[in-house]
Amino acid sequence: MTDSSKTVNTFTPTVEAIETSRRNFLKFGASGAAAVTLSGVLPGMAAQALAQPAVIDAHTPKAGERRIRLTVNGVAQELNVATNAILLDVLRDRLQLTGTKKGCDHGQCGACTLLVNGVAINSCLSIAVQHDGDAITTIEGLAQNGTLHPVQEAFWEHDAYQCGYCTSGQIMSAVAILQDPAIGRDDASVREAMSGNICRCGAYKNILAAVQSARGKMARVG
Amino acid sequence: MRTFDYVRADSSAQAAKQGSSQGAEVFLAGGTTLLDLVKLDVMKVEQIVDINRLPLKQIEPLSDGRLRIGTLVSNTELATHPLVRERYPLLSQALLAGASTQLRNKATTGGNVMQRVRCNYFRDGISACNKREPGSGCAAIGGLSRSVHAVLGTSEQCIATHPSDMCVAMAAIGAQVTVQGPNGLRDIPFADFHLLPGDSPWREHALQPHELITHITLDAPLAGSQSAYLKLRDRASYQFALASSAVIVRLESGRIAEARLALGGVATKPWRATEAERFLMGKRPSLALFNQAGELAMRGAVTTEHNAFKVPLGQQVLVRNLRDLTLQEASA
Ligand SMILES: Cc1cc2nc3c(=O)[nH]c(=O)nc-3n(C[C@H](O)[C@H](O)[C@H](O)COP(=O)(O)OP(=O)(O)OC[C@H]3O[C@@H](n4cnc5c(N)ncnc54)[C@H](O)[C@@H]3O)c2cc1C
Ligand code: SF4
Ligand code: FES
Ligand code: FES
Repeated sequence: MTDSSKTVNTFTPTVEAIETSRRNFLKFGASGAAAVTLSGVLPGMAAQALAQPAVIDAHTPKAGERRIRLTVNGVAQELNVATNAILLDVLRDRLQLTGTKKGCDHGQCGACTLLVNGVAINSCLSIAVQHDGDAITTIEGLAQNGTLHPVQEAFWEHDAYQCGYCTSGQIMSAVAILQDPAIGRDDASVREAMSGNICRCGAYKNILAAVQSARGKMARVG
Repeated sequence: MRTFDYVRADSSAQAAKQGSSQGAEVFLAGGTTLLDLVKLDVMKVEQIVDINRLPLKQIEPLSDGRLRIGTLVSNTELATHPLVRERYPLLSQALLAGASTQLRNKATTGGNVMQRVRCNYFRDGISACNKREPGSGCAAIGGLSRSVHAVLGTSEQCIATHPSDMCVAMAAIGAQVTVQGPNGLRDIPFADFHLLPGDSPWREHALQPHELITHITLDAPLAGSQSAYLKLRDRASYQFALASSAVIVRLESGRIAEARLALGGVATKPWRATEAERFLMGKRPSLALFNQAGELAMRGAVTTEHNAFKVPLGQQVLVRNLRDLTLQEASA
Protein backbone atom coordinates (compact mmCIF):
# COMPACT_ATOMS: atom_id res chain seq x y z
CA MET A 1 0.00 0.00 0.00
CA THR A 2 2.79 2.39 0.86
CA ASP A 3 5.71 2.99 -1.41
CA SER A 4 8.05 1.11 0.84
CA SER A 5 5.88 -2.02 0.82
CA LYS A 6 5.83 -1.88 -2.97
CA THR A 7 9.58 -1.79 -2.98
CA VAL A 8 9.66 -4.86 -0.77
CA ASN A 9 7.26 -6.61 -3.08
CA THR A 10 9.49 -6.27 -6.09
CA PHE A 11 12.11 -8.30 -4.24
CA THR A 12 9.69 -11.04 -3.26
CA PRO A 13 9.81 -13.88 -5.73
CA THR A 14 6.43 -14.81 -7.13
CA VAL A 15 5.00 -18.22 -6.35
CA GLU A 16 5.47 -19.07 -9.98
CA ALA A 17 9.17 -18.26 -9.85
CA ILE A 18 9.69 -20.32 -6.72
CA GLU A 19 7.92 -23.29 -8.25
CA THR A 20 9.98 -23.07 -11.40
CA SER A 21 13.21 -23.13 -9.45
CA ARG A 22 12.05 -26.00 -7.27
CA ARG A 23 11.13 -27.94 -10.38
CA ASN A 24 14.53 -27.24 -11.91
CA PHE A 25 16.14 -28.39 -8.71
CA LEU A 26 14.34 -31.72 -9.02
CA LYS A 27 15.23 -32.00 -12.68
CA PHE A 28 18.90 -31.30 -12.35
CA GLY A 29 19.72 -31.71 -8.69
CA ALA A 30 21.02 -28.70 -6.75
CA SER A 31 23.40 -27.82 -9.53
CA GLY A 32 22.72 -24.25 -10.51
CA ALA A 33 23.51 -22.67 -13.85
CA ALA A 34 25.59 -25.41 -15.43
CA ALA A 35 22.69 -27.82 -15.40
CA VAL A 36 20.25 -25.24 -16.73
CA THR A 37 22.60 -24.59 -19.63
CA LEU A 38 22.77 -28.29 -20.29
CA SER A 39 19.01 -28.52 -20.63
CA GLY A 40 19.39 -26.34 -23.68
CA VAL A 41 22.27 -28.37 -25.03
CA LEU A 42 20.97 -31.87 -24.45
CA PRO A 43 18.07 -32.13 -26.93
CA GLY A 44 20.27 -31.04 -29.81
CA MET A 45 22.99 -33.44 -28.72
CA ALA A 46 20.47 -36.27 -28.48
CA ALA A 47 19.50 -35.81 -32.11
CA GLN A 48 23.19 -35.79 -33.06
CA ALA A 49 23.85 -38.95 -31.08
CA LEU A 50 21.71 -41.00 -33.39
CA ALA A 51 24.28 -40.47 -36.10
CA GLN A 52 27.51 -40.32 -34.10
CA PRO A 53 28.66 -39.85 -30.54
CA ALA A 54 29.40 -36.41 -29.20
CA VAL A 55 33.16 -36.18 -29.12
CA ILE A 56 34.29 -34.50 -25.92
CA ASP A 57 37.98 -35.11 -26.58
CA ALA A 58 39.21 -35.27 -30.16
CA HIS A 59 42.87 -35.96 -29.40
CA THR A 60 44.29 -39.43 -28.77
CA PRO A 61 44.53 -40.31 -25.08
CA LYS A 62 47.69 -39.27 -23.27
CA ALA A 63 49.84 -41.63 -21.21
CA GLY A 64 47.78 -42.89 -18.29
CA GLU A 65 44.49 -42.21 -20.08
CA ARG A 66 42.00 -44.37 -21.94
CA ARG A 67 39.42 -43.44 -24.54
CA ILE A 68 35.96 -44.51 -23.50
CA ARG A 69 32.39 -44.18 -24.76
CA LEU A 70 29.61 -43.57 -22.28
CA THR A 71 25.98 -43.19 -23.21
CA VAL A 72 24.80 -40.69 -20.64
CA ASN A 73 21.08 -39.97 -20.51
CA GLY A 74 20.73 -41.27 -24.04
CA VAL A 75 23.62 -39.26 -25.47
CA ALA A 76 26.71 -41.18 -26.58
CA GLN A 77 29.89 -39.35 -25.62
CA GLU A 78 33.50 -40.16 -26.35
CA LEU A 79 36.16 -38.88 -24.04
CA ASN A 80 39.59 -39.57 -22.61
CA VAL A 81 39.78 -40.34 -18.92
CA ALA A 82 42.64 -41.07 -16.54
CA THR A 83 42.61 -44.76 -15.59
CA ASN A 84 42.00 -43.80 -11.96
CA ALA A 85 39.19 -41.33 -12.72
CA ILE A 86 36.09 -42.09 -10.69
CA LEU A 87 32.80 -42.27 -12.61
CA LEU A 88 31.16 -39.73 -10.28
CA ASP A 89 33.98 -37.22 -10.84
CA VAL A 90 33.97 -37.68 -14.61
CA LEU A 91 30.24 -36.94 -14.78
CA ARG A 92 30.52 -33.92 -12.53
CA ASP A 93 33.82 -32.43 -13.67
CA ARG A 94 34.12 -33.47 -17.31
CA LEU A 95 30.50 -33.68 -18.45
CA GLN A 96 29.19 -30.92 -16.14
CA LEU A 97 26.42 -33.19 -14.90
CA THR A 98 26.57 -31.96 -11.34
CA GLY A 99 23.16 -33.26 -10.28
CA THR A 100 24.79 -36.44 -8.97
CA LYS A 101 26.30 -35.59 -5.60
CA LYS A 102 29.43 -36.57 -3.72
CA GLY A 103 28.78 -37.14 -0.03
CA CYS A 104 31.12 -39.59 1.63
CA ASP A 105 33.06 -40.75 -1.47
CA HIS A 106 33.26 -44.25 0.11
CA GLY A 107 30.00 -46.05 -0.62
CA GLN A 108 28.42 -45.13 2.68
CA CYS A 109 25.83 -42.40 1.95
CA GLY A 110 24.17 -43.06 -1.44
CA ALA A 111 24.35 -39.42 -2.63
CA CYS A 112 26.16 -40.59 -5.79
CA THR A 113 23.57 -43.19 -6.77
CA LEU A 114 22.81 -43.42 -10.49
CA LEU A 115 21.76 -46.14 -12.92
CA VAL A 116 24.22 -48.15 -15.01
CA ASN A 117 22.38 -50.20 -17.64
CA GLY A 118 19.27 -49.69 -15.51
CA VAL A 119 20.83 -50.89 -12.23
CA ALA A 120 21.37 -48.52 -9.28
CA ILE A 121 24.99 -48.32 -8.09
CA ASN A 122 27.25 -46.02 -6.07
CA SER A 123 29.19 -44.05 -8.69
CA CYS A 124 31.90 -43.10 -6.17
CA LEU A 125 33.12 -46.73 -6.14
CA SER A 126 33.52 -47.16 -9.90
CA ILE A 127 36.33 -46.10 -12.17
CA ALA A 128 35.06 -44.60 -15.41
CA VAL A 129 37.11 -46.96 -17.64
CA GLN A 130 35.27 -49.97 -16.30
CA HIS A 131 32.06 -48.48 -17.75
CA ASP A 132 33.29 -48.16 -21.32
CA GLY A 133 30.22 -48.90 -23.45
CA ASP A 134 27.70 -48.64 -20.61
CA ALA A 135 24.45 -46.64 -20.55
CA ILE A 136 24.26 -44.26 -17.61
CA THR A 137 21.18 -42.48 -16.31
CA THR A 138 21.58 -39.57 -13.91
CA ILE A 139 19.02 -37.30 -12.30
CA GLU A 140 19.33 -35.00 -15.35
CA GLY A 141 18.06 -37.80 -17.58
CA LEU A 142 14.78 -38.54 -15.82
CA ALA A 143 12.54 -35.70 -17.02
CA GLN A 144 11.23 -36.24 -20.55
CA ASN A 145 10.50 -33.22 -22.78
CA GLY A 146 10.36 -30.95 -19.77
CA THR A 147 7.94 -33.19 -17.86
CA LEU A 148 9.15 -34.41 -14.49
CA HIS A 149 9.46 -38.15 -13.92
CA PRO A 150 6.65 -39.41 -11.62
CA VAL A 151 9.21 -39.90 -8.83
CA GLN A 152 10.43 -36.30 -9.18
CA GLU A 153 6.85 -35.10 -9.25
CA ALA A 154 6.10 -37.06 -6.07
CA PHE A 155 9.18 -35.70 -4.25
CA TRP A 156 8.00 -32.21 -5.11
CA GLU A 157 4.44 -32.82 -3.95
CA HIS A 158 5.52 -34.49 -0.71
CA ASP A 159 8.27 -32.02 0.13
CA ALA A 160 10.64 -34.95 0.42
CA TYR A 161 13.78 -32.91 1.14
CA GLN A 162 15.17 -30.07 3.17
CA CYS A 163 18.67 -29.11 2.01
CA GLY A 164 18.33 -31.31 -1.08
CA TYR A 165 21.84 -32.71 -1.03
CA CYS A 166 20.77 -36.35 -0.83
CA THR A 167 17.77 -35.87 -3.10
CA SER A 168 19.13 -36.91 -6.50
CA GLY A 169 20.52 -40.11 -4.94
CA GLN A 170 17.21 -40.76 -3.20
CA ILE A 171 15.30 -40.26 -6.44
CA MET A 172 17.61 -42.52 -8.46
CA SER A 173 17.29 -45.26 -5.84
CA ALA A 174 13.53 -44.85 -5.79
CA VAL A 175 13.30 -45.08 -9.58
CA ALA A 176 15.25 -48.36 -9.51
CA ILE A 177 13.32 -49.79 -6.57
CA LEU A 178 9.93 -49.07 -8.14
CA GLN A 179 11.00 -50.97 -11.26
CA ASP A 180 12.24 -53.99 -9.32
CA PRO A 181 9.68 -56.78 -8.83
CA ALA A 182 11.98 -58.45 -6.27
CA ILE A 183 11.48 -55.58 -3.80
CA GLY A 184 8.30 -55.61 -1.71
CA ARG A 185 5.68 -52.86 -2.00
CA ASP A 186 5.02 -52.37 1.72
CA ASP A 187 6.55 -49.47 3.67
CA ALA A 188 8.99 -51.69 5.56
CA SER A 189 10.41 -53.16 2.33
CA VAL A 190 10.78 -49.72 0.75
CA ARG A 191 12.52 -48.35 3.85
CA GLU A 192 14.90 -51.30 3.89
CA ALA A 193 15.61 -51.04 0.14
CA MET A 194 16.27 -47.27 0.47
CA SER A 195 18.50 -47.60 3.54
CA GLY A 196 21.64 -47.04 1.44
CA ASN A 197 20.57 -43.42 0.97
CA ILE A 198 21.30 -41.40 4.07
CA CYS A 199 19.44 -38.12 4.59
CA ARG A 200 21.27 -35.83 6.98
CA CYS A 201 18.14 -33.67 7.28
CA GLY A 202 16.04 -36.66 8.26
CA ALA A 203 13.37 -36.23 5.58
CA TYR A 204 12.76 -39.99 5.61
CA LYS A 205 9.05 -39.80 6.40
CA ASN A 206 8.29 -37.63 3.38
CA ILE A 207 10.71 -39.56 1.18
CA LEU A 208 8.81 -42.77 1.95
CA ALA A 209 5.48 -41.06 1.25
CA ALA A 210 6.83 -39.74 -2.05
CA VAL A 211 8.10 -43.16 -3.15
CA GLN A 212 4.80 -44.83 -2.36
CA SER A 213 2.78 -42.14 -4.10
CA ALA A 214 5.07 -42.35 -7.16
CA ARG A 215 4.24 -46.06 -7.29
CA GLY A 216 0.58 -45.12 -7.72
CA LYS A 217 1.39 -42.52 -10.38
CA MET A 218 3.53 -44.98 -12.34
CA ALA A 219 0.81 -47.65 -12.22
CA ARG A 220 -1.64 -45.11 -13.66
CA VAL A 221 0.76 -44.07 -16.41
CA GLY A 222 1.56 -47.54 -17.62
CA MET B 1 44.10 -40.92 -5.35
CA ARG B 2 47.22 -42.72 -6.53
CA THR B 3 47.50 -43.47 -10.24
CA PHE B 4 47.52 -47.00 -11.61
CA ASP B 5 47.56 -48.89 -14.87
CA TYR B 6 44.42 -50.54 -16.12
CA VAL B 7 44.04 -53.73 -18.13
CA ARG B 8 40.87 -55.56 -19.00
CA ALA B 9 41.06 -59.34 -18.79
CA ASP B 10 39.50 -61.37 -21.61
CA SER B 11 39.98 -64.81 -20.07
CA SER B 12 40.42 -66.25 -16.60
CA ALA B 13 43.86 -67.57 -17.53
CA GLN B 14 44.95 -64.13 -18.71
CA ALA B 15 43.53 -62.48 -15.59
CA ALA B 16 45.40 -64.92 -13.37
CA LYS B 17 48.61 -64.24 -15.24
CA GLN B 18 48.26 -60.46 -14.87
CA GLY B 19 46.71 -60.00 -11.46
CA SER B 20 46.26 -61.17 -7.89
CA SER B 21 43.79 -60.62 -5.10
CA GLN B 22 46.30 -58.47 -3.23
CA GLY B 23 49.62 -56.73 -3.89
CA ALA B 24 50.48 -54.28 -6.64
CA GLU B 25 48.49 -55.87 -9.49
CA VAL B 26 44.96 -56.43 -8.31
CA PHE B 27 41.70 -57.82 -9.69
CA LEU B 28 38.78 -55.41 -9.88
CA ALA B 29 35.30 -56.90 -9.53
CA GLY B 30 32.53 -54.68 -8.07
CA GLY B 31 35.16 -52.36 -6.59
CA THR B 32 33.19 -51.73 -3.39
CA THR B 33 36.06 -52.92 -1.21
CA LEU B 34 38.95 -52.31 -3.57
CA LEU B 35 38.30 -48.71 -4.64
CA ASP B 36 37.29 -47.74 -1.11
CA LEU B 37 40.69 -48.94 0.12
CA VAL B 38 42.62 -47.52 -2.85
CA LYS B 39 41.11 -44.11 -2.07
CA LEU B 40 42.26 -44.51 1.53
CA ASP B 41 45.67 -45.61 0.19
CA VAL B 42 45.42 -48.76 2.29
CA MET B 43 45.65 -50.90 -0.84
CA LYS B 44 48.60 -49.52 -2.78
CA VAL B 45 47.82 -50.78 -6.27
CA GLU B 46 49.93 -50.19 -9.35
CA GLN B 47 47.79 -52.05 -11.84
CA ILE B 48 44.12 -52.91 -11.87
CA VAL B 49 43.08 -56.02 -13.75
CA ASP B 50 39.39 -55.56 -14.56
CA ILE B 51 37.70 -58.98 -14.52
CA ASN B 52 34.16 -57.68 -15.12
CA ARG B 53 33.96 -58.85 -18.74
CA LEU B 54 34.81 -62.49 -17.94
CA PRO B 55 31.98 -64.97 -18.61
CA LEU B 56 31.57 -65.86 -14.93
CA LYS B 57 28.05 -64.54 -14.32
CA GLN B 58 26.01 -67.76 -14.29
CA ILE B 59 24.19 -69.61 -11.53
CA GLU B 60 23.93 -73.28 -12.58
CA PRO B 61 22.35 -76.23 -10.77
CA LEU B 62 24.58 -79.32 -11.09
CA SER B 63 23.16 -82.83 -11.56
CA ASP B 64 24.45 -83.90 -8.12
CA GLY B 65 22.24 -81.30 -6.41
CA ARG B 66 24.95 -78.66 -5.88
CA LEU B 67 24.72 -75.06 -7.12
CA ARG B 68 27.59 -73.48 -9.03
CA ILE B 69 27.90 -69.70 -8.80
CA GLY B 70 30.12 -67.67 -11.12
CA THR B 71 32.36 -65.26 -9.22
CA LEU B 72 30.84 -62.21 -10.97
CA VAL B 73 27.25 -62.97 -9.96
CA SER B 74 26.21 -59.89 -7.99
CA ASN B 75 25.07 -60.11 -4.38
CA THR B 76 21.62 -58.95 -5.55
CA GLU B 77 21.36 -61.57 -8.30
CA LEU B 78 22.44 -64.32 -5.93
CA ALA B 79 20.04 -63.26 -3.18
CA THR B 80 17.04 -63.10 -5.49
CA HIS B 81 17.72 -66.15 -7.66
CA PRO B 82 14.74 -68.56 -7.44
CA LEU B 83 16.97 -71.58 -6.72
CA VAL B 84 18.76 -69.76 -3.91
CA ARG B 85 15.50 -68.56 -2.37
CA GLU B 86 14.08 -72.09 -2.56
CA ARG B 87 17.08 -74.23 -1.57
CA TYR B 88 19.22 -71.88 0.50
CA PRO B 89 16.90 -69.34 2.12
CA LEU B 90 19.55 -68.53 4.74
CA LEU B 91 21.97 -67.45 2.01
CA SER B 92 19.39 -65.15 0.45
CA GLN B 93 18.62 -63.68 3.89
CA ALA B 94 22.30 -63.20 4.73
CA LEU B 95 22.99 -61.38 1.47
CA LEU B 96 19.97 -59.11 1.85
CA ALA B 97 21.05 -58.28 5.41
CA GLY B 98 24.38 -56.98 4.09
CA ALA B 99 25.31 -53.48 2.87
CA SER B 100 22.71 -51.54 0.82
CA THR B 101 20.68 -52.14 -2.33
CA GLN B 102 23.07 -50.23 -4.57
CA LEU B 103 26.18 -51.80 -3.00
CA ARG B 104 24.72 -55.31 -3.39
CA ASN B 105 24.04 -54.52 -7.06
CA LYS B 106 27.75 -53.86 -7.51
CA ALA B 107 29.31 -56.35 -5.11
CA THR B 108 30.19 -59.77 -6.53
CA THR B 109 30.29 -63.25 -5.02
CA GLY B 110 34.08 -63.59 -5.18
CA GLY B 111 34.58 -60.00 -4.03
CA ASN B 112 32.37 -60.59 -1.01
CA VAL B 113 34.46 -63.61 0.00
CA MET B 114 37.59 -61.47 -0.40
CA GLN B 115 36.35 -58.31 1.36
CA ARG B 116 38.75 -56.82 3.89
CA VAL B 117 38.23 -56.10 7.57
CA ARG B 118 36.38 -52.98 8.74
CA CYS B 119 38.79 -52.26 11.64
CA ASN B 120 39.26 -48.47 11.89
CA TYR B 121 42.97 -48.81 12.58
CA PHE B 122 43.38 -50.87 9.41
CA ARG B 123 41.42 -48.31 7.42
CA ASP B 124 43.02 -45.13 8.81
CA GLY B 125 46.32 -45.90 7.08
CA ILE B 126 48.53 -44.66 9.95
CA SER B 127 47.91 -46.64 13.14
CA ALA B 128 49.90 -49.72 14.05
CA CYS B 129 48.24 -52.57 12.18
CA ASN B 130 49.77 -55.95 11.46
CA LYS B 131 47.38 -56.60 8.63
CA ARG B 132 48.33 -53.47 6.74
CA GLU B 133 51.95 -53.25 7.89
CA PRO B 134 53.27 -56.65 9.03
CA GLY B 135 55.10 -56.37 12.35
CA SER B 136 53.83 -52.90 13.24
CA GLY B 137 51.58 -54.09 16.08
CA CYS B 138 47.83 -53.93 16.62
CA ALA B 139 46.27 -50.65 17.71
CA ALA B 140 42.90 -52.31 18.32
CA ILE B 141 44.24 -54.34 21.22
CA GLY B 142 44.05 -51.78 24.01
CA GLY B 143 42.33 -49.35 21.65
CA LEU B 144 38.69 -49.05 20.59
CA SER B 145 37.44 -52.52 19.86
CA ARG B 146 33.69 -52.64 20.27
CA SER B 147 31.80 -53.37 17.08
CA VAL B 148 34.06 -54.90 14.44
CA HIS B 149 36.40 -56.78 16.73
CA ALA B 150 36.19 -60.46 17.50
CA VAL B 151 36.13 -62.67 20.55
CA LEU B 152 36.70 -66.00 18.77
CA GLY B 153 39.69 -66.98 16.66
CA THR B 154 41.73 -63.93 17.67
CA SER B 155 45.46 -63.77 18.24
CA GLU B 156 47.87 -61.39 19.93
CA GLN B 157 48.52 -59.98 16.47
CA CYS B 158 44.99 -59.18 15.22
CA ILE B 159 41.41 -59.26 16.50
CA ALA B 160 39.41 -57.90 13.55
CA THR B 161 36.19 -59.72 12.60
CA HIS B 162 35.58 -61.07 9.12
CA PRO B 163 32.79 -58.69 8.10
CA SER B 164 30.88 -60.78 5.55
CA ASP B 165 27.29 -61.94 6.09
CA MET B 166 27.22 -64.08 2.94
CA CYS B 167 30.24 -66.07 4.07
CA VAL B 168 28.57 -67.03 7.36
CA ALA B 169 25.71 -68.63 5.43
CA MET B 170 28.20 -70.36 3.13
CA ALA B 171 30.14 -71.69 6.10
CA ALA B 172 26.95 -73.39 7.34
CA ILE B 173 25.96 -74.66 3.88
CA GLY B 174 29.43 -75.89 2.91
CA ALA B 175 31.04 -75.04 -0.43
CA GLN B 176 34.05 -75.40 -2.69
CA VAL B 177 35.93 -72.40 -4.01
CA THR B 178 37.26 -73.01 -7.53
CA VAL B 179 40.33 -71.01 -8.42
CA GLN B 180 42.24 -70.51 -11.63
CA GLY B 181 45.99 -70.27 -11.17
CA PRO B 182 49.03 -70.26 -13.40
CA ASN B 183 48.94 -74.07 -13.40
CA GLY B 184 45.22 -74.56 -13.98
CA LEU B 185 42.22 -74.99 -11.73
CA ARG B 186 41.98 -76.21 -8.14
CA ASP B 187 39.25 -76.48 -5.52
CA ILE B 188 39.56 -75.16 -1.95
CA PRO B 189 37.00 -76.26 0.68
CA PHE B 190 35.18 -73.16 1.96
CA ALA B 191 36.08 -74.05 5.57
CA ASP B 192 39.79 -73.83 4.69
CA PHE B 193 39.53 -70.69 2.57
CA HIS B 194 39.71 -68.00 5.25
CA LEU B 195 42.70 -68.15 7.59
CA LEU B 196 42.88 -67.32 11.28
CA PRO B 197 45.13 -64.32 11.96
CA GLY B 198 47.61 -66.28 14.10
CA ASP B 199 51.12 -64.90 13.73
CA SER B 200 50.53 -63.68 10.18
CA PRO B 201 47.31 -61.62 10.09
CA TRP B 202 48.29 -60.19 6.71
CA ARG B 203 47.61 -63.65 5.25
CA GLU B 204 43.80 -63.72 5.11
CA HIS B 205 42.93 -66.53 2.72
CA ALA B 206 44.24 -69.61 0.98
CA LEU B 207 44.77 -67.99 -2.43
CA GLN B 208 48.30 -67.96 -3.79
CA PRO B 209 49.53 -64.98 -5.83
CA HIS B 210 47.99 -65.07 -9.34
CA GLU B 211 45.02 -67.18 -8.32
CA LEU B 212 41.56 -66.01 -9.43
CA ILE B 213 38.31 -67.28 -7.93
CA THR B 214 36.15 -68.45 -10.86
CA HIS B 215 33.25 -70.17 -9.07
CA ILE B 216 31.84 -71.06 -5.71
CA THR B 217 29.89 -74.32 -5.63
CA LEU B 218 27.47 -74.78 -2.74
CA ASP B 219 26.99 -78.24 -1.26
CA ALA B 220 23.58 -79.78 -1.99
CA PRO B 221 20.98 -78.54 0.49
CA LEU B 222 20.24 -80.81 3.43
CA ALA B 223 16.98 -82.59 2.53
CA GLY B 224 14.11 -81.85 4.91
CA SER B 225 15.99 -79.12 6.77
CA GLN B 226 14.94 -75.63 7.91
CA SER B 227 17.36 -72.74 7.73
CA ALA B 228 17.65 -69.07 8.60
CA TYR B 229 20.13 -66.21 9.01
CA LEU B 230 19.75 -63.83 11.94
CA LYS B 231 21.78 -60.63 12.23
CA LEU B 232 22.01 -58.33 15.26
CA ARG B 233 23.44 -54.84 14.75
CA ASP B 234 23.49 -51.32 16.10
CA ARG B 235 20.72 -50.14 13.77
CA ALA B 236 18.00 -52.02 11.88
CA SER B 237 19.62 -51.80 8.48
CA TYR B 238 22.81 -50.99 6.55
CA GLN B 239 25.25 -51.90 9.33
CA PHE B 240 27.78 -54.66 9.92
CA ALA B 241 26.86 -57.44 12.34
CA LEU B 242 27.64 -57.27 16.04
CA ALA B 243 26.67 -60.94 16.07
CA SER B 244 24.93 -63.12 13.51
CA SER B 245 24.07 -66.76 13.08
CA ALA B 246 23.38 -69.07 10.16
CA VAL B 247 21.51 -72.18 11.19
CA ILE B 248 20.49 -75.27 9.21
CA VAL B 249 18.66 -77.88 11.21
CA ARG B 250 16.80 -81.13 10.43
CA LEU B 251 14.44 -82.76 12.88
CA GLU B 252 13.50 -86.43 12.84
CA SER B 253 10.75 -87.75 15.14
CA GLY B 254 11.08 -84.64 17.29
CA ARG B 255 14.84 -84.92 17.70
CA ILE B 256 17.69 -83.03 16.06
CA ALA B 257 19.06 -85.32 13.37
CA GLU B 258 21.50 -82.77 11.95
CA ALA B 259 22.55 -79.22 12.75
CA ARG B 260 24.94 -76.84 11.03
CA LEU B 261 25.71 -73.68 12.93
CA ALA B 262 27.85 -70.72 11.88
CA LEU B 263 28.52 -67.37 13.55
CA GLY B 264 29.37 -63.93 12.18
CA GLY B 265 30.38 -60.65 13.81
CA VAL B 266 32.12 -62.39 16.69
CA ALA B 267 35.00 -64.22 14.97
CA THR B 268 38.02 -63.51 12.81
CA LYS B 269 36.70 -65.81 10.08
CA PRO B 270 33.26 -67.18 9.14
CA TRP B 271 32.94 -69.40 12.20
CA ARG B 272 31.53 -72.91 12.20
CA ALA B 273 30.44 -73.99 15.71
CA THR B 274 31.14 -77.70 15.30
CA GLU B 275 31.23 -78.59 18.99
CA ALA B 276 27.77 -77.10 19.52
CA GLU B 277 26.54 -78.99 16.44
CA ARG B 278 27.73 -82.32 17.86
CA PHE B 279 26.19 -81.52 21.22
CA LEU B 280 22.73 -81.02 19.65
CA MET B 281 22.72 -84.33 17.77
CA GLY B 282 19.87 -86.67 18.75
CA LYS B 283 18.48 -84.32 21.40
CA ARG B 284 14.98 -82.84 21.70
CA PRO B 285 14.82 -79.10 20.97
CA SER B 286 14.30 -76.92 24.04
CA LEU B 287 15.40 -73.48 25.15
CA ALA B 288 17.55 -75.00 27.87
CA LEU B 289 19.31 -77.17 25.30
CA PHE B 290 19.91 -74.24 22.97
CA ASN B 291 21.32 -72.13 25.79
CA GLN B 292 23.83 -74.87 26.49
CA ALA B 293 24.69 -75.08 22.77
CA GLY B 294 25.15 -71.31 22.70
CA GLU B 295 27.49 -71.47 25.66
CA LEU B 296 29.51 -74.18 23.97
CA ALA B 297 29.74 -72.15 20.77
CA MET B 298 31.19 -69.16 22.65
CA ARG B 299 33.50 -71.20 24.88
CA GLY B 300 37.11 -70.03 24.73
CA ALA B 301 36.11 -66.46 23.81
CA VAL B 302 38.82 -63.86 24.48
CA THR B 303 37.34 -60.42 25.07
CA THR B 304 38.61 -56.84 25.20
CA GLU B 305 37.51 -53.98 27.41
CA HIS B 306 34.81 -53.05 24.89
CA ASN B 307 33.52 -56.21 23.28
CA ALA B 308 32.80 -58.62 26.15
CA PHE B 309 29.08 -58.11 25.40
CA LYS B 310 29.60 -60.19 22.27
CA VAL B 311 29.83 -63.39 24.29
CA PRO B 312 26.21 -63.32 25.53
CA LEU B 313 25.12 -61.70 22.23
CA GLY B 314 26.71 -64.50 20.17
CA GLN B 315 25.01 -67.02 22.39
CA GLN B 316 21.65 -65.24 22.04
CA VAL B 317 21.82 -64.93 18.27
CA LEU B 318 22.26 -68.69 18.07
CA VAL B 319 19.58 -69.50 20.64
CA ARG B 320 16.98 -67.24 19.02
CA ASN B 321 17.64 -68.61 15.55
CA LEU B 322 17.42 -72.25 16.73
CA ARG B 323 14.32 -71.45 18.77
CA ASP B 324 12.49 -69.80 15.88
CA LEU B 325 13.32 -72.67 13.54
CA THR B 326 12.37 -75.53 15.84
CA LEU B 327 10.07 -74.25 18.59
CA GLN B 328 7.63 -72.14 16.56
CA GLU B 329 4.63 -73.01 18.66
CA ALA B 330 6.43 -72.40 21.91
CA SER B 331 7.74 -68.97 20.86
CA ALA B 332 4.51 -67.79 19.18
C1 LIG C 1 29.34 -48.91 3.25
C2 LIG C 1 29.51 -50.39 3.12
C3 LIG C 1 28.75 -51.24 3.90
C4 LIG C 1 28.89 -52.62 3.79
N1 LIG C 1 28.13 -53.43 4.58
C5 LIG C 1 28.28 -54.79 4.48
C6 LIG C 1 27.53 -55.67 5.30
O1 LIG C 1 26.70 -55.26 6.10
N2 LIG C 1 27.73 -57.01 5.17
C7 LIG C 1 28.63 -57.51 4.26
O2 LIG C 1 28.76 -58.73 4.17
N3 LIG C 1 29.38 -56.70 3.49
C8 LIG C 1 29.21 -55.36 3.58
N4 LIG C 1 29.98 -54.54 2.79
C9 LIG C 1 31.08 -55.12 2.01
C10 LIG C 1 30.68 -55.56 0.62
O3 LIG C 1 29.84 -56.70 0.72
C11 LIG C 1 31.97 -55.89 -0.13
O4 LIG C 1 32.65 -54.69 -0.34
C12 LIG C 1 31.70 -56.56 -1.46
O5 LIG C 1 31.06 -57.80 -1.29
C13 LIG C 1 33.01 -56.77 -2.22
O6 LIG C 1 32.74 -57.26 -3.49
P1 LIG C 1 33.28 -56.52 -4.81
O7 LIG C 1 32.85 -57.32 -5.97
O8 LIG C 1 32.86 -55.09 -4.81
O9 LIG C 1 34.83 -56.65 -4.57
P2 LIG C 1 36.06 -55.76 -5.07
O10 LIG C 1 36.11 -54.51 -4.29
O11 LIG C 1 36.07 -55.64 -6.54
O12 LIG C 1 37.24 -56.71 -4.64
C14 LIG C 1 37.57 -56.95 -3.29
C15 LIG C 1 38.85 -57.74 -3.20
O13 LIG C 1 38.67 -59.04 -3.73
C16 LIG C 1 39.54 -59.29 -4.80
N5 LIG C 1 38.78 -60.07 -5.76
C17 LIG C 1 37.60 -59.73 -6.34
N6 LIG C 1 37.18 -60.73 -7.15
C18 LIG C 1 38.11 -61.71 -7.06
C19 LIG C 1 38.23 -63.00 -7.66
N7 LIG C 1 37.34 -63.45 -8.53
N8 LIG C 1 39.33 -63.75 -7.34
C20 LIG C 1 40.24 -63.28 -6.47
N9 LIG C 1 40.18 -62.08 -5.88
C21 LIG C 1 39.12 -61.30 -6.18
C22 LIG C 1 39.97 -57.93 -5.30
O14 LIG C 1 41.23 -57.98 -5.90
C23 LIG C 1 39.99 -57.13 -4.00
O15 LIG C 1 41.17 -57.35 -3.31
C24 LIG C 1 29.83 -53.16 2.86
C25 LIG C 1 30.59 -52.31 2.06
C26 LIG C 1 30.44 -50.94 2.17
C27 LIG C 1 31.27 -50.04 1.30
S1 SF4 D 1 42.70 -55.73 14.76
FE1 SF4 D 1 43.81 -56.47 12.94
S2 SF4 D 1 43.18 -55.04 11.40
FE2 SF4 D 1 42.74 -54.01 13.35
S3 SF4 D 1 44.61 -52.87 13.93
FE3 SF4 D 1 44.79 -54.90 14.83
S4 SF4 D 1 45.98 -55.99 13.25
FE4 SF4 D 1 45.11 -54.25 12.22
S1 FES E 1 29.36 -40.43 -2.29
FE1 FES E 1 29.03 -42.43 -3.05
S2 FES E 1 28.01 -43.40 -1.42
FE2 FES E 1 28.55 -41.47 -0.53
S1 FES F 1 17.46 -33.32 2.37
FE1 FES F 1 19.28 -32.70 3.38
S2 FES F 1 20.40 -34.58 3.39
FE2 FES F 1 18.46 -35.22 2.73
